[in-house]
Amino acid sequence: MHNLTIAQMIRELRQKTFSSVELTEHFLARIERLDSNYNSFVTVTREQALQQARQADARLAAGNAPALCGIPLAHKDIFCTTGVRTSCGSKMLDNFVPPYDATIVENYLRDGVVMLGKTNMDEFAMGSSNETSYYGPVKNPWALNCVPGGSSGGSAASVAARITPAATASDTGGSIRQPASLCGITGIKPTYGRVSRWGMIAFASSLDQAGLMTRTAEDAALLLNTMASFDAKDSTCVDEPIPDYTATLNESLSGLRIGVPKEYFGEGLNEGTARAVEDAIKTFEKLGASVHSVSLPHSHIAVPAYYVIAPAECSANLSRFDGVRYGYRCANPQSLEDLYKRSRSEGFGEEVKRRIMVGCYALSAGYYDAYYAKAQKARRLIKQDFVDAFKTVDVIMGPTAPSPAFEFGAKSKDPVAMYLEDIYTIATNLAGLPGMSIPCGLVDGKPVGLQIIGNYFAEARMLNIAHQFQQNTQFHDLAPAGI
Amino acid sequence: MDRSEIEKLAHLARLEIRPEEIDEVATRISNVLALVDQLQALDTGNVAPMAHPLDAVQRLRADEVTEPNRRDEFLAIAPATENGLYLVPKVID
Repeated sequence: MHNLTIAQMIRELRQKTFSSVELTEHFLARIERLDSNYNSFVTVTREQALQQARQADARLAAGNAPALCGIPLAHKDIFCTTGVRTSCGSKMLDNFVPPYDATIVENYLRDGVVMLGKTNMDEFAMGSSNETSYYGPVKNPWALNCVPGGSSGGSAASVAARITPAATASDTGGSIRQPASLCGITGIKPTYGRVSRWGMIAFASSLDQAGLMTRTAEDAALLLNTMASFDAKDSTCVDEPIPDYTATLNESLSGLRIGVPKEYFGEGLNEGTARAVEDAIKTFEKLGASVHSVSLPHSHIAVPAYYVIAPAECSANLSRFDGVRYGYRCANPQSLEDLYKRSRSEGFGEEVKRRIMVGCYALSAGYYDAYYAKAQKARRLIKQDFVDAFKTVDVIMGPTAPSPAFEFGAKSKDPVAMYLEDIYTIATNLAGLPGMSIPCGLVDGKPVGLQIIGNYFAEARMLNIAHQFQQNTQFHDLAPAGI
Repeated sequence: MDRSEIEKLAHLARLEIRPEEIDEVATRISNVLALVDQLQALDTGNVAPMAHPLDAVQRLRADEVTEPNRRDEFLAIAPATENGLYLVPKVID
């Protein structure tokens, strides 16, 4: 059952090959048996899942149930779920039980989706390896001594290990695409403003976006139909019409113009990764696309600009964690200042504290213009590079990550080395564009991802492009040994 | 970054850094700032700062109450409350 795609599960549920309860039991049993190898779940919601599955079976029997009714999935532990701990991978929220659901959680509940549990992640979504979680690191199912990527490491690993058919995730600098690449699965980060951020714990508000981890582009299209919505409660949500993302999956790629940025194939890119990505792009030529070299000349300042903007925004967003209204509070606070300082210092991990301080520095008097304002100007130049490129090409392709999965500890001593993991993904967040990663090969037995960057609100086209690649190749069917 | 700058920054962020950790924190933050200093070389003369990827503006709505009062549910998850108030250590002597 776990080797079926969601598209197949939907058909089988309606043909009564199995029920939602049986499907849910199957995945719950797999999580129980296998997740100690990966540590991809923080909370498993067994009783709730079975209750939701029974309700889904009743709706399916009554007829007219939504497409996703009865399908199980996992939510990254950054999305608020009523009555279910939402930790954000942090000691600060280890005791936080939200009194409300994130909008995306509500959307899925309305459509009869079954929640298996909450997945592990880098603390407060800050990381590229899932090594900073309060709940311990997540292991890559392809190589247990290697990282799954981050921050959505739990979502990626659980889908790769086929202990959940899909998982929600979030991407601020690459946190969906990079782990999807390292774990050999499909990941999509929609256009900024496409999906509501209400109830998604904020890291960097102008960069954060919710998205999906699945095994196929078709499954991502099915899930995006429910995930995307205009939400008045999120003031950065854009009121753009939502197409049926599955309707155009089979359109021909004839005439598609693919731009390949020369800046994404320079120093620092693993040779095996480069070859796998180049071969994937050649596959598109066979499907009728033409390939063009493009330039994104401000690519080299994407990481520096991001490491001003993201920490600055995180320092503001994380100031709400003060031990007063929710979350961790230190023992016996002696004064208000002591309450704030000790609750925060004891509740937050090292990387989070580091980023908060960098953010405070960038925003402090005397430094705001040199850092934050300067980075905001760089951001406009980075966006303009993409706008210019999209005048001559329809879509941009390149590597998602500079190399396949690395070993635990390999980059955690040097923050800057870790930051460079996101070198190809970060500009997309700065520009607010949609991005995907799909598997395109293995290097030394570890997956490589092809990144697809589309124009604003071009998710349907990107999913079509990814689906056609998956109809003509087998990389997305590969599973780690023993799965 | 020197020790006193780190101490000042920690206070702004309401974080406590132990004296024996200050040097390591200073080194790590300096490394990040060195990465970020690459921005200084960029010519941004006539460029307007971009705060939102799509240059969106804040939507407005009518000034009407649309949310229910859920105070008790929110108080229930707080560490210390009394009579509808959040409790903190004494602020005024």
